[in-house]
Amino acid sequence: MKSLKAQNHALSDPRYEIDVLESRSNDVSFSQKLTESNLYPLKPLLIDTLQINLGKMCNQVCKHCHVDAGPDRKEIMTRDTMKQCLSVIKSHSIKSVDLTGGAPEMNPEFRWFVEAIRSSDPNINIIVRCNLTIILANPKYHDLPEFFKDNRIEVVSSLPYFSAGKTDSQRGDGVFVKSIKALQMLNKTGYGVEHSGLVLNLVYNPSGAFLPGSQAGLEAEFKKKLSDNFGVTFNSLFTITNIPISRFLEYLLRSGNYEGYMEKLIASYNPIAAANVMCRSTISVGWNGYLYDCDFNQMLDLKVEIPKSRHISDWDQETLKNRTIVVNQHCFGCTAGSGSSCGGTTA
Amino acid sequence: MKTYYHTEDLKNFGKIGEFQQPLAAKFFDYYGEVFKEGALTAREKSLIALAVAHAVQCPYCIDAYTVDTMEKGCDEEQMMEAVHVAAAIRAGASLVHSTQMMSKVKDLSM
Ligand code: SF4
Ligand code: SF4
Repeated sequence: MKSLKAQNHALSDPRYEIDVLESRSNDVSFSQKLTESNLYPLKPLLIDTLQINLGKMCNQVCKHCHVDAGPDRKEIMTRDTMKQCLSVIKSHSIKSVDLTGGAPEMNPEFRWFVEAIRSSDPNINIIVRCNLTIILANPKYHDLPEFFKDNRIEVVSSLPYFSAGKTDSQRGDGVFVKSIKALQMLNKTGYGVEHSGLVLNLVYNPSGAFLPGSQAGLEAEFKKKLSDNFGVTFNSLFTITNIPISRFLEYLLRSGNYEGYMEKLIASYNPIAAANVMCRSTISVGWNGYLYDCDFNQMLDLKVEIPKSRHISDWDQETLKNRTIVVNQHCFGCTAGSGSSCGGTTA
Repeated sequence: MKTYYHTEDLKNFGKIGEFQQPLAAKFFDYYGEVFKEGALTAREKSLIALAVAHAVQCPYCIDAYTVDTMEKGCDEEQMMEAVHVAAAIRAGASLVHSTQMMSKVKDLSM
């Protein structure tokens, strides 16, 4: 399977995606809903997390990927841009650095960057969003669990289901077996093992046009099934709603599920989740250094609304903290039901 | 009315109070309580509901509890096994009555 970009698909153009979202999402706008909840215009509360997208290159081509990542994507962050990120991390009150992609580990500067962040601050929380299969993709990645441990990384990994069928239908043939093997390697290093202090969290997102159920219920089920069937343990399960952009939007439109899905998201709007959306505490950095309110806005090319601080090299903490967050219809994905963020539910 | 069932009607279920509010309110309160986590998990209750939906053959309930069980992380195998439980009880309920037929046959036969 190729990325939408490599297929020259109309939906690889963010302007077209926004067009679809705006013209075909019922009559209720997200800003209207925020207004009713006294949250419009949406403002940040603080900036304590920097989510850095190290590039769109990935060893997988998951059907729901909001990044449109894959082996055919070559856009990755350079060391120079990483250095600019480092100076922001050092001089501002960033508590958590969240490294994502694509497969962030495929960026040749990945290890250099992680070590530089760790040596700049021994206490900063560093998250790596590891897709698991990368650990087995090539012998040069087999020692990643040890590398993560040495740098006290929090590992967050996607596993849409505790059996092969649903996992492989979303993430590709054979992904489940490899993911379990990688989880066992992480467990062996101490990740997800009680009292080890090494945190391994899993991400569940629905493999289709439906919303995630209760996070606690799914976590209990995942813990039991993974432990009974594969001897795998982990810390927490984060349930994440699929945001209707990029490849998931393509799936919704192709399968005739788009209207029903948007209706469901809108009907499940939760003002508490809206007050807690992750863009109120995060800035997302693109592979080329541009700044966004979140990784989803990044993929829609909706940069932060302040022209004078749109790039990591122009970071202006005060201005960014007072910005207005750019919202659109895809934001309903963050506010449905118990809410959704890169750290799971929000309400 | 071209067909007796309309998918949009499911969305209007919550509006049945329009004709009789107090009873509707009592029903929805009760309904909500029943499906909460309890001695049975919400997930187990959802699978029971899916099975019962098939037993009472309600297309609205089948639609709603197919989505609900999927949201609660049930897979196709678990969902189909739940329907087989309903089917087995229905089949058993017919078959167990055959004992009445058998006794009657025996009573009437030489
Ligand atoms: S969802 Fe993650 S693992 Fe899958 S293609 Fe996208 S970036 Fe890669
Ligand atoms: S999609 Fe991004 S901008 Fe919109 S609510 Fe979610 S985190 Fe905020």
